[in-house]
Amino acid sequence: MSANNDTIGKTITVTVLLCVVCSVIVSAAAVLLKPQQIANKELDRKTNILAAAGLMDSSKTVEELFSQITTKVIDLETGKFTSEVDAATFDARKASKDPALSSALDRKIDIASIKRQAKYQTVYLVETEGKLEKVILPVHGYGLWSTLYGFLALEGDLNTVVGLGFYSHAETPGLGGEVDNPLWKSQWPGKKVYADGAMEPLLGLIKGKVNPDAANAAHQIDGLSGATLTSDGVSRMVKFWMGENGYAPFLTNLKAGGV
Amino acid sequence: MSETRDILTGPIVRNNPIALQILGVCSALAVTTNMNTALVMTLAVIAVTAFSNMFVSMIRNHIPSSIRIICQMVIIASLVIVVDQILKAVAYDVSKQLSVFVGLIITNCIVMGRAEAFAMKNPPGISFMDGIGNGLGYGAVLMFVAFFRELFGSGSLFGIEILPLVTNGGWYQANGMMLLPPSAFFIIGGFIWIIRAYDKKQVEAPEFIMSPNSKKGAV
Repeated sequence: MSANNDTIGKTITVTVLLCVVCSVIVSAAAVLLKPQQIANKELDRKTNILAAAGLMDSSKTVEELFSQITTKVIDLETGKFTSEVDAATFDARKASKDPALSSALDRKIDIASIKRQAKYQTVYLVETEGKLEKVILPVHGYGLWSTLYGFLALEGDLNTVVGLGFYSHAETPGLGGEVDNPLWKSQWPGKKVYADGAMEPLLGLIKGKVNPDAANAAHQIDGLSGATLTSDGVSRMVKFWMGENGYAPFLTNLKAGGV
Repeated sequence: MSETRDILTGPIVRNNPIALQILGVCSALAVTTNMNTALVMTLAVIAVTAFSNMFVSMIRNHIPSSIRIICQMVIIASLVIVVDQILKAVAYDVSKQLSVFVGLIITNCIVMGRAEAFAMKNPPGISFMDGIGNGLGYGAVLMFVAFFRELFGSGSLFGIEILPLVTNGGWYQANGMMLLPPSAFFIIGGFIWIIRAYDKKQVEAPEFIMSPNSKKGAV
């Protein structure tokens, strides 16, 4: 029996059949489970936006909580709201691959190593009675293995951090993956992105622990131990997105009230 | 019947794939920082070993011996992708924590070891049982390691606080080393020690015997 199996004909037949059956199973699983996975991702994204803004409340559903957030799209260059694209469906991650909606970044500018940047970005605003409470800004940058995607939320003064959270990354679990550690994330609230009056981002991670008495402790976060490259990546990501190629023009406009 | 039971329970302690055969240690280090991920990983590995054993066994008489490893890999890889897709759909948070390690079940030596050593020579039913047994053996070690790592590293079990941490206003100073991969080595070592203290048959004969010290006065 086994001698028969080793003929070329049998080998090819078995290989082809096995591959066809396996690929059908794999594709079926991928296709059938896709809607559920997309729903999970969407829920996770909303949860992350809410968590970054410190708005999570377990007594309400995510949809209810998300209703207090206004989704807007801004033009990064002008720093103004734009109606060129629909805020409900615009996906900056997809747009950054579309030549019509994005541009390649010069290497000197591209400190976050994101290569291409979409012209528009979705931003999330929390307003109570017309007064701006919080702004939630999507950010991403390259760490060690992967691009980290997350949200940085700022207070109404557009300088104080409310929180930072990543919803997608593939950094080393236990080392760079500690960007998801609640204890580490709890350092972010209250930190300042800019010095008073300036629009040059100062916030970043340092090596080791932050000395609370240091002059610029308000701009420093503990580095992740054993994850220098991820820590640098996060620092550069904040510097890039809070700088003039990121949200600085928008924040300046927002501060002046002329968006 | 007793043979089935042997096949099912044997790998848990007596013939544990990690403790005796030292297979699949890599993921045992990576996913054991908390009980939740360890449990999901265990279930994923049980499912993959059981079904891959069953499918390999079903077609064992048709697999050409020249490409048998590739055939096993195709089956294992497909199953792992399916498991990964299911996890993403039903347990999104856990699948995010397990990240690449679900995909890495493909390279888990236990899965392939059992397919090659057992499923290629035995009928599907018993191969399926052998897969579950070995998955359970792997899971037993994972849960054992995760129990200590989560309890002493984070002061909790399944995310429920047992030892209140200093950082949360309690008294327990968390042992950070427990959260790093090397700690799993110590715990797996301890696990192997315990098993061998109880089951002396597993202790290998020493490869050489140390001769007594010939110098006088040397300690």
